[in-house]
Amino acid sequence: MKNRWFAFLAAAGLAFAISAGTAQAAKEVRIGFIAPMTGIFAQIGKDMSNGFKMYLEQNNYKMGPLKVKFILEDSTGKPAVNVRKAIKLIRRDKVHMFIGGLLASTGYALAPVADRNKVPYISPVPAADDLTQRKIPKYFVRVGFTSSQNSHPLADYAYDQGYRKIVTIGADYAFGYETIGGFQRQFEARGGKIIKKIWPKLGTKDFGPYLPQIPKDADAVMTLMVGPMSLAFPKQFRAAGFKNPMLGGVTSADEFILPAMGDEALGYVTAAQYSAALDTPKNKAFVKEYNKRYGKMASYYSETDYTAAQWIHLAYKKIGWDTSNPLKFLKALRSIRIDAVRGPLYIDAYGNVVQNSYIRKVQRVSGDRLGLGVKPDSLWNMVIKTYPAVSQFYKWSPEEFLKQPVYSKKFPGCKYCQ
Amino acid sequence: MGNNNQRRRILIVLGVFVALGIVTPFLDSFMQALVTEILIFGILAMSLDILLGFTGLASLGHGAYFGVASYASAIVMTKADWTWTYGIYTWASSSGLGIFYLFIFGIIVAIAFSAFFGFLAIRATGVYFLMITLSLAMVIWGLAYRWSAVTEGDNGINVPGRPSLLGISLDNDITFFYFALAVFLICLGILYVVVQSPFGRTLVGIREREERMEMLGYNVWLHKYLAFIIAGTFGGVAGVMWTLFNLFVSPPDVELITSAEALFMVALGGPATLIGPVIGSAIIRTLQQFISIYVERWPLILGAIYIMTIMLSRLYGVDGILGFASKLRSSTAAASNSQD
Repeated sequence: MKNRWFAFLAAAGLAFAISAGTAQAAKEVRIGFIAPMTGIFAQIGKDMSNGFKMYLEQNNYKMGPLKVKFILEDSTGKPAVNVRKAIKLIRRDKVHMFIGGLLASTGYALAPVADRNKVPYISPVPAADDLTQRKIPKYFVRVGFTSSQNSHPLADYAYDQGYRKIVTIGADYAFGYETIGGFQRQFEARGGKIIKKIWPKLGTKDFGPYLPQIPKDADAVMTLMVGPMSLAFPKQFRAAGFKNPMLGGVTSADEFILPAMGDEALGYVTAAQYSAALDTPKNKAFVKEYNKRYGKMASYYSETDYTAAQWIHLAYKKIGWDTSNPLKFLKALRSIRIDAVRGPLYIDAYGNVVQNSYIRKVQRVSGDRLGLGVKPDSLWNMVIKTYPAVSQFYKWSPEEFLKQPVYSKKFPGCKYCQ
Repeated sequence: MGNNNQRRRILIVLGVFVALGIVTPFLDSFMQALVTEILIFGILAMSLDILLGFTGLASLGHGAYFGVASYASAIVMTKADWTWTYGIYTWASSSGLGIFYLFIFGIIVAIAFSAFFGFLAIRATGVYFLMITLSLAMVIWGLAYRWSAVTEGDNGINVPGRPSLLGISLDNDITFFYFALAVFLICLGILYVVVQSPFGRTLVGIREREERMEMLGYNVWLHKYLAFIIAGTFGGVAGVMWTLFNLFVSPPDVELITSAEALFMVALGGPATLIGPVIGSAIIRTLQQFISIYVERWPLILGAIYIMTIMLSRLYGVDGILGFASKLRSSTAAASNSQD
């Protein structure tokens, strides 16, 4: 009997302590984060949430006077689940904004949810071009990149290398069409020729049927591979005796896949808005810290989410930590220029980020010459050329750029195909 | 006695739904959405119960009819260059009938597909039936994924908003919940009549002993075929509701997972009970929405629950949760009787 009274008293005391604690809670900003935590994209989802969390942890989950409540939801990588989770975050957790999504399809699914519910959606990864082009979204801001954003400068680089005839081989889905399409448009605008376009289906592991279609006299191949395809392609391509230089979109050889690659990837030239080997003090500190925390090379997934957190912080700072008005917050987010890990960034009139585009070449760095603490003798994406302040429209004016349809399997057509 | 029991059961079920209708508006908007979702998947699970529970045909492709109907209704609402469907839709919407047009169109598409697929699948039974329905459903998934001119491929179709119902806006969560509840009750009512009818009893007969039914002169093939189409039709109703609810359709909605989930809902709640699958839908949907908040590896828990249900069902020789509950009740009744 005595015991029971004691337990009751203790419970009451505890309840009191907890309620007193919440009563004193500071003003908080609730941020929902949607990423795949289970399923085939789980590892990428971890990279994404780790990047975002690392920024929050470094700031003790505080943005100025605001306390950050970070709510992570598992999207399982499916668009419909993304939508359900976003609605859960908005209704149940009353978030001030939500971040995340991975595939282009999730971006297309989430953006209307933001507009319908009048809650900002900040996209660090989904890259589908048209999210920020033909219809300017009101509650959506993209701090990552558009699929074709880095392809245009990569085409310039390829042309300047003296390549004139290029074969493209890209995964058969929207991200592939847009990455390859952007490359083709700029390359042919300069006077080069795409002589063949090959579309292996998403997830192809055996390129046997596709490799014989590649003409041996091509000056280079331009690839867009994703996930396991990125590992398989260079191996099988080199094993089949091809000596042609390889160019690629970001996922063909990003830092996420690089540690699993071998010598076959050496010399692979890809274009991206980030490289872990970027030689700036900011990036070195970031890569070192990321490796210390998570034992991995930082990827663009982690960097872009880290930067998204930083961007949110600075936007709230600009409006005096006012969390009551989402439109005011979005306006601040769109208007500030930030000095991020990957370089200087700002948002264009269409809601997409303008940033440096890095041309990177896969090289093996002996020992830990970069001094970043990552596993010695690793492959790195060494930056060989920087195109500053690249917008999604590259050298065209938005009006001129938007006159054409969205890049697809049919557009641009293959004028010079043999 | 049996009749009395049945009447009592109907009253209990109706009472539960009336209570749901009264309580839901007072829940927070997340819970309202969850209840609506449970009702929609409840329709899907009930429709599958006609096949799995009453006819004894385990279909692993029920997501197909759900999928074609939800795609059909999304396409009607968005494809402005398909002037014939879009024209009728806008014309009907202007007089508040757009939603009926969506249902009619979606259901016709679902009937057409289930009539065709059933024609191919009904000749098989058991695991062969399972595999044929599975592969036919994958055809639908392939269409959704690859036929991007119509289905927008893996980007999916975003629907701008819900049409009004005779001038009543359904954009509000509560009105949409009542709409879903009404549609659900209509489906439940029709399906209940179907399973109570001589036709429904024949289906049960086929499930129990197909050869005997054939000997008695029943056209077994036709009965199974009609059951397949009825199941597909109501799967289509659930599909149209899903489009209206989520305002977004994409290939994963038509995937194997959707079909398998419907199968789990029926098995978990109790096949051949109609209301059991709805309980299954409630449990699975609630778990998916809630466990994932607290546990990172939530699929493990869901998997454990599936396995436990099946093991307990085997152990006690009952079907799903409803079967378990009625067994529990009859045994306590027996116990109290013996005390008297």
